[in-house]
This record gives sequence, structure tokens and C-alpha cells, in this order.
Amino acid sequence: MISRDDVRHVARLTRLRLGAAETDRMTAELAKILEHIDKIGELDLAAVEPTAHVLAVADVVRPDKPRPSLPRDEALRNAPAVSDDCFRVPRMQP
Amino acid sequence: MTAGLDPLRLTAREARRLLTDGEIAASELTKTYLDQIGRVEDKVHAFILVTAENAAKYATEIDREMGATRGALAGLPTAIKDNMVTEGVTTTCGSKILGSYQPPYTATAVRRIWGDHVVMLGKANLDEFAMGSSTENSAFGPTHNPWDLSTVPGGSSGGSAAAVAAGEALWALGSDTGGSIRQPAALCGVVGMKPTYGAVSRYGLIAFASSLDQIGPLTRTVYDCALLLRRIVGRDPCDSTSVALPGEIELPAAERLDGLRFGIPTEYVAAGIEPGVLARFEQTVALIEELGATCVEISLPHTQYALPAYYIIAPAEASANLARFDGVRYGYRSAHAADLTEMYEATRGEGFGPEVKRRIMIGAYALSSGYYEAYYGQAQKVRTLVRRDFDTAFAQVDLIVSPTSPTVAFGLGSRTADPLSMYQSDICTIPVNLAGLPAISIPCGLSDHLPVGFQIMGPAFSENRLLAAAHALEGAIGFAAVPTFRDSRDAADEAGGPSRRSVGGGEER
Repeated sequence: MISRDDVRHVARLTRLRLGAAETDRMTAELAKILEHIDKIGELDLAAVEPTAHVLAVADVVRPDKPRPSLPRDEALRNAPAVSDDCFRVPRMQP
Repeated sequence: MTAGLDPLRLTAREARRLLTDGEIAASELTKTYLDQIGRVEDKVHAFILVTAENAAKYATEIDREMGATRGALAGLPTAIKDNMVTEGVTTTCGSKILGSYQPPYTATAVRRIWGDHVVMLGKANLDEFAMGSSTENSAFGPTHNPWDLSTVPGGSSGGSAAAVAAGEALWALGSDTGGSIRQPAALCGVVGMKPTYGAVSRYGLIAFASSLDQIGPLTRTVYDCALLLRRIVGRDPCDSTSVALPGEIELPAAERLDGLRFGIPTEYVAAGIEPGVLARFEQTVALIEELGATCVEISLPHTQYALPAYYIIAPAEASANLARFDGVRYGYRSAHAADLTEMYEATRGEGFGPEVKRRIMIGAYALSSGYYEAYYGQAQKVRTLVRRDFDTAFAQVDLIVSPTSPTVAFGLGSRTADPLSMYQSDICTIPVNLAGLPAISIPCGLSDHLPVGFQIMGPAFSENRLLAAAHALEGAIGFAAVPTFRDSRDAADEAGGPSRRSVGGGEER
């Protein structure tokens, strides 16, 4: 059973700020969803190979030729904050 | 409305003929749809953005300047689901977190049909990041089903499906991760197809679950579906999972199903299908036999495990894909943060809606230390079993049929409090995504005044077989009803009775 602490831990891992009420609601909802998901525990899967991807394609490569990339001003155009041709972010520590 | 053009009934095939024969101008055709948007969009809300000016201007250019250089789909008014990036046109993915994102490039599927000179009418509404089955998870408000405005259009491509049903677009592109084209097509009474995984490039489709996502058409007819699909398929160097189809997509002409074997999976028909939907399904199966095919019961024994496996795999992939939305390079950034980590947490906490947060949390939990093998590892093995079920079945039959959705359109707000009941909407559509197979939904009648969808599933790369069969069946079904834009809440008020979900009987066809 997923606990409130588990939910807070995963919220930290995923960088999601959840309010107290939101954390409570999330705990209850995830518990219910995980209970449904636990149904796959009924199956004996020891001898089954996993499928990560359905296509039988592998090692798709392209020619190693330099190409022009997105121009800097285009890449920065949607940024919330820019300074000196770079993405600007708040400092690591306050 | 331009004389003689009925946007609720016009097909792309007919519109293309009228344009080619010079009977109408592209500008008239586009005006027909923009006028219809003007009439019904405030009730339906199929679009996040209507690009009316650009559409009208472009259609005029097609008329004036293109002449013999017109592309294969020139002048056909098209809606694009707003999770496909469009250069110079705001793309939101139904989320607040993208802000007013102006993509610097265009999705390959969209670029291809732009190259054919379709006229883009706007960006269609969707559940935020395509996560949902009702379009109620859009940060820009829900879309209403044109058949009954008090019900949902399905989702996540609900805006695309409702736009086509409401005559607000001739056709549309959607995307399907667990049923997101087929289920809204079913609930809105239009045709919707998910191609084989890899058939259409995902480049520029904002990623939800990369091993499941696939772009496809929503149209009024199966012929139109083929017409649009054939222009978007093919290998794309920008998507290493895209592949060339074994042959071109053919425009379907079949009227019979002689010699084909259809499988009816007992597990699908048993899975809580409401009686009205089951009745339409059984009538349609009888038509298949009248058209010369045989129908046999088959078993896909791991069907009941597909939904739980999907709700591990899709959120796991989503939790990784959505890590990029961090308030640094584009989109929304919270002002309530003192340092970098707080900025990430506040931006994502404020920018994502509840369903997206739930999926990120489930996915990250299923991938986290100590749970990875029990959840993600096991789900991938279930995926193998689901694939094998289909392999075994397709050794006996050519195509498999089922209802697309266990119910007709449900009431707005009726499932939002219970995520699991919403997830059940996709019980018949999820397995083919796990197996990477193509499937199409076509309208097969009404139940309780609302459309019912009939799903046909095929082996990988059997698009032409699927389209031919769907075309023959469509002709036999003869679905000709159009939405009425009624609101059963009003009708119930007038009659002093209950709302539509408890109104019994009624005429059906």
C-alpha cells in the first residue's frame, strides 16, 4: 500500500510541488490505481521475455554528417528568461 | 453557408472533386467551415485556436496562384490536434505549462499535408498531454459532444473528433496512445484510425508514451481516412522508429467481404459493454456475414491484463518524457521560487493539471528503486503476452472486431472524480497499442440518440486490408445521421424529467 510518505518521496523525485490536500488526494487515488495494476501479479511471468518495443528495427543510424542546428536566437526565443545568449535560471542556493 | 455545401455531410472525396472540377473555389470551401465554426464553436469548443485569417488568406492564394501546381489535398480544410507542433502557430498540448509556445519547427505529418496544400483551420482541443478519455483534462476547458452538448466527445483527440462531427472541419489529425483517436471517433460518430506503430512519423508529436503514440486521421468516411493516411505515412529520418510501409495505402473500393474471416474476442464482448452498444455491435456482425465473410469466436486471454499493464508502461514513459517541462527553455515559469529546485517544483506543480500529475507520479513510482521489477519489468512481460494473443488469433482470422468503447458518450463531469472509471473507457482500444497493431473505428448506428463505434483490428501493416473491409462494411451500415447540437439537460428541464443517462428507449437506428 502506497503511503503519504511514498507520495512525498516520488513528488520530490519528479520535482512536483504538491500541496497538503493534493498529497492526501494523490495518496488515495494512487492507492486505488495501484490496486488495479497489482492484478498483473496474478500471472506467472518467470519464463516470459519483456517487450520494450514492438518493432523489429534496431541500430537505426544516419550518416555522420554535420548539419546546421537551430539558430541560437530561435532556440532562446521561447525561454522565460535569457541573459548573455544563455537560458537564465534562479541561483542553485538562495 | 455557401449554397449547396453542407459541412455536416460533405466528404473530402466530394470536396476534392468539386475543387478539381472548378465547381467551387478553395476560398468558398474554407468559408463554409469558418462560417460553421462561427455558428457552433461557442457550444462545442472543439478548438484551442482557430486560425481563421490565415486559413482564408491561404485558401485565396490557392485559388489565385497555384493552378497546376496544386498539391494532392489542395484547399481541404483541416483541423490539427494541438499536440503536433506547428511553426509560427501557438502549440499548447492542452496544458498551461507550455504557455504560448511558438514552435520553431513543424511535425513531419503536418508538414507533409501542408506540402499538399491543405488549409489548416486551427489547433484542436485535447486532454492535457493527450492524457484522458473525455477532453475534460484540457487546461482550456472541455469540448462538448455535438450529438448532445451535455456529454463528452471522448478523448484525448476529442477536439479533432468533435470538429469533424460538428462540420467545423472536413477532417482532422489526431494521435492515439491507448485509444485517443478511436474512442472519440466512436463517441462522435466519425471514422478514426490508428495506424501500425511506426507507419507515421512521431517527429513533432509532443511525446506522451513514445512506444505507444501514433498519429492518424479522423474523417467522415473510410475513403477519406485512406486519402489522408496515404499522405502522412512513411519513413522519416527524424524519427528512427518510423518505417516504410510494404506498399502504398490504397483508396478503398470494396463492397463485399467474401472469403474474409473475422474473429470476435469473447473477452471484449464480456467486458461490461452496455446493452445498446452490444446490440449495435451484434447487428454489425450480422452485416459482416451478409457481405460474405465468416465470423468466429476467438480468445485473447490476456485482455484483462492489458489495462493494468498499460497504466504502468504509459505513465512510466510519460514521467520520463515530461521531465523536459522545467520552466527553463520554454513555456510557463513559476514566480514563486527562491532557488533552482524550487523553481522546477513550483513550475511543474502549478503548470501541470491533476491527471498529468497523477500519471507522472504513477510512472515515477513504477520506475523507482525497489519497484522497477515488480511493476515496469512485469508490465513489459504482460505486453509480450498481449502480443502473442494477437499473433495466435491472426493465425486463425484475417481481422478482429469489437465495440470501440463499452459505452456511448457519457455525461460531462460524470467520471472526473474517479480516475479508474475514466480509464475503463479504453478497455477495448488499449491492447492494440501495446501490440503496435492498426485499428479503425467506424460509426455503426445510434444508441440512446448517441453514436456507437465499431472497431476493426488487423495484423501489423494490414492497413489496406483494414480500410477495404471497413469501407465495405460502412456501405452496408449506411450511417447517415448527423449531430443535432441538442443539450439533453435542457430537454430534461423542459420535460421536468431526468437527464439523458436515465432516459430510456427513444428511436434508434
